[in-house]
Amino acid sequence: MLELTINGATHRLDVEDGTPLLWVIRDTLGLTGTKYGCGIAQCGACTVLVDGQATRACITPAESVAGAQVTTIEAVEQEPVGRRVVAAWVAHQVPQCGYCQSGQVMAATALLRQTPRPGEDDIAAAMTNLCRCGTYNAIADAVRAAASAA
Amino acid sequence: MNGMTRPPAPAPGLPRGLPGVARPANLSRRGVLGFAAGALVLGVALPPRLARAQGTTQATTPGAAPPPGTRVPAFLEIGPDGAVRLLSPFVEGGQGIGTAMAQIVGEELDADPARFTVECAPPGADYLVVNGIRMTGGSFSTRSSYETMRRLGASAREMLLRAAAARLLVGQATLTTEPGQVVHAASGRRIGYGELAGAALALAPAAAVPLRDPKTFRYIGKPVARLDAREKSTGHARYSIDMAVDGMLQAAVQHAPRLGGEPGAFANEAAVRAMPGVHSIHRLPGAVAVLADRWWRARQAVAALDVAWTAGRGGLEADFSSAVMLAALRAETGAGAPAEREGDVDSALAGAARVVEAEYDAPYLSHAQLEPPSALARFNPDGTLDLWLPNQMPELFQAAAAQVAGLRPEQVRLHSPLLGGFFGRHFLYDFASPFQQAIRLAQAAGQPVKVIWSREEEFGRDAVRPMGFVRFRGGLDARGMPVALHARVVGEGPIGRYFGALQGGSPVDPSMVEGIVEKPYAIPNRRVDCVPHRQPPVIAFWRSVGHSMNDFFYESFLDELAVAGGQDPFTLRLALLRDRPRQRALLEAVGELSGGWKRGPFEAEGTRRARGVAMATPFNTEVATIAEVSIAAGEVVVHDVWVAIDPGSIVNPAIIERQVQSAVALGLSASLLEEVVFEEGAPRARNFDNYPILPRDRMPRVHVRIVESGAPMGGIGEPGLPGVPPAVANAVAALTGRRVRSLPFAKTRLGAA
Repeated sequence: MLELTINGATHRLDVEDGTPLLWVIRDTLGLTGTKYGCGIAQCGACTVLVDGQATRACITPAESVAGAQVTTIEAVEQEPVGRRVVAAWVAHQVPQCGYCQSGQVMAATALLRQTPRPGEDDIAAAMTNLCRCGTYNAIADAVRAAASAA
Repeated sequence: MNGMTRPPAPAPGLPRGLPGVARPANLSRRGVLGFAAGALVLGVALPPRLARAQGTTQATTPGAAPPPGTRVPAFLEIGPDGAVRLLSPFVEGGQGIGTAMAQIVGEELDADPARFTVECAPPGADYLVVNGIRMTGGSFSTRSSYETMRRLGASAREMLLRAAAARLLVGQATLTTEPGQVVHAASGRRIGYGELAGAALALAPAAAVPLRDPKTFRYIGKPVARLDAREKSTGHARYSIDMAVDGMLQAAVQHAPRLGGEPGAFANEAAVRAMPGVHSIHRLPGAVAVLADRWWRARQAVAALDVAWTAGRGGLEADFSSAVMLAALRAETGAGAPAEREGDVDSALAGAARVVEAEYDAPYLSHAQLEPPSALARFNPDGTLDLWLPNQMPELFQAAAAQVAGLRPEQVRLHSPLLGGFFGRHFLYDFASPFQQAIRLAQAAGQPVKVIWSREEEFGRDAVRPMGFVRFRGGLDARGMPVALHARVVGEGPIGRYFGALQGGSPVDPSMVEGIVEKPYAIPNRRVDCVPHRQPPVIAFWRSVGHSMNDFFYESFLDELAVAGGQDPFTLRLALLRDRPRQRALLEAVGELSGGWKRGPFEAEGTRRARGVAMATPFNTEVATIAEVSIAAGEVVVHDVWVAIDPGSIVNPAIIERQVQSAVALGLSASLLEEVVFEEGAPRARNFDNYPILPRDRMPRVHVRIVESGAPMGGIGEPGLPGVPPAVANAVAALTGRRVRSLPFAKTRLGAA
């Protein structure tokens, strides 16, 4: 049995070693806000926070985060930085199809928790998730707005 | 192998074309073909009841089905608190159509769009509002349904007024509305829509209702906020892949390495069956599947399954490759059929002061939408089937699902959740959707089954944008003005493949030549030949279809003519548009937007740069595009893209601006990076590591100007794309002297001039 803490709740789970955290979150726990896009850490749709760090859950073995605090998009608004990011995402009308946006919001939240006043280089380094709808300019605007709202 | 599931021959008695449905006068020839073909496909795919309804849209006889888009309760529910639920004929996949529908209906209903929730309607005759059919595609949604949806909102408002008059015992003419309520000014009484909805929606719609004067619009034409922004920013939006039902098993598949292969013996069946969570192993047409309690377990098991694949019939030959295909297109000598003919090209070329020739090509492309395909099938105790599926044509998929399940179409409840991107991906192409697998597996297991394709399986089975090849000859007079243009367009397009037989045998495939025919330029002698050459892969519609490459070909070649004639490309275009005020004004607008046309090269922000320009006329919208580029480490860097877009008239400028941003991103992604390379009968890349798409650090600034010329409404979702590849190519040529004629740019290592 694996013990994981996700969004503050501890779960005892029957999963094999090597099972990606993504599929534990989506399938075993039914938290579908975290998305599957590529499975090889290319697109970032699966981004969650592990002890505050943006982490691509699709290649993260679940057992490797035992004892850590995992935060998914479902809990992003439970703390102020996440609330600001979501508010900026809505104000800047970022999402189009929306499929990548959970991951984008989580990546932005991790960035602003660590670097409250990011420069353009910080944003470029942190915001590497793919968006097929091309919402990239709106994403950058929203990150800057969330930072300046702090 | 034919690609998209071909409909059977039309049955006698079913409607052909669009009986009784007036076409808007603004449809291009291409549009008419598209509509007519689609209507026929749907006509034969629909259950007879629906087909009859479709054929009697003008019927006034008692008991006849009401025309699509008129039965108010099929579209609207108004809750006690005045919240409006709209069942939209269109599926939302990022293009903002749900919000646009709320604006259009809300304008006439007199209800704030912010009070709306919008869902995609189930299959049904009420929703066939795209000139008698239903689809989300071709940038048709808003322009095709605009009048219908306005009338629907106005009908609903009139029903609310009538219900209020009965309740207040006053004349209906003494009542008016304010957003969400009926007002009796004389007595100051107000009744919320929510209180009236029960009585109002039971009334028969009036035969005729007045529409608002557009001068008084409060929602249409305004940058109304998207209704789905918050749910999509918080993970609450649900896509097909997120759906779940009680007792559901999950399926992962392994497709045959090459299309056409069939599963033979399993070398390790017992071992796989013993893997954690495994329920069962299944052979399917062209694939194997494992059912398990969890998708990851199913995926592990199906990946471990050692399958002896046998050669099946059809499919792709083992020696098929992109390189072989391009060589075959180049070598094609057929005369083809004239898609456009004006003047005498051969004489004009013979008499030209100078002749320029060039060949252009563009590769197969994948849709690469971020949501991998999935399908959830559940058979119910009453024998009906619920199916959740990403799709752009609900009635067509309902009919196809019924066929697989052995049911009548009305026994299939098709759910069309939000699409995690589509771009043409979710039409009905052969081998390209998991719904048949889900249905067969649910039947075999006796339990609901959700199939999810891994990204690798998706890249292996996505239907591809066709490969394009064009050979141009252009003639210049002594002053350097183009006097003749001949284009040979070789290949195959999705309209021809899927609707060719229904086009009355026309030898011209509009999706092959769009973007090369009907250009606005005053070149007196023109000929465009449509030369068919079959392409073995399953080909698809892909955002802006033929325009996605043809405008690159044509507008690049036009720049070659400009250079050969010693003319500035922008000035030449203005001259060639002398008789086309709409396009000329748009070209001037984009020049102005960019701070005044300058080709370069010039220095900016410490780099050497140049600009390129291109025009396009896609989907009844006019677009002018300018791109500014530099070269770094042999690769193109695009700094700014300016787009002036004239769709005639608009519904939501904010959404249009974002759709242009999106189209620029996809156009740039395709032209810089993307290429599906077939080798040994299969696509080589199976994930984003080998099929890169535009990352954030290559996204340019995008500047958009919307021009409302008042011309009939054109499309929005696709038109921003076609001008981008040629504007970039023309800028690269201006900067480096190097003319890139083969996409993507990533194949060509560029040096600064």
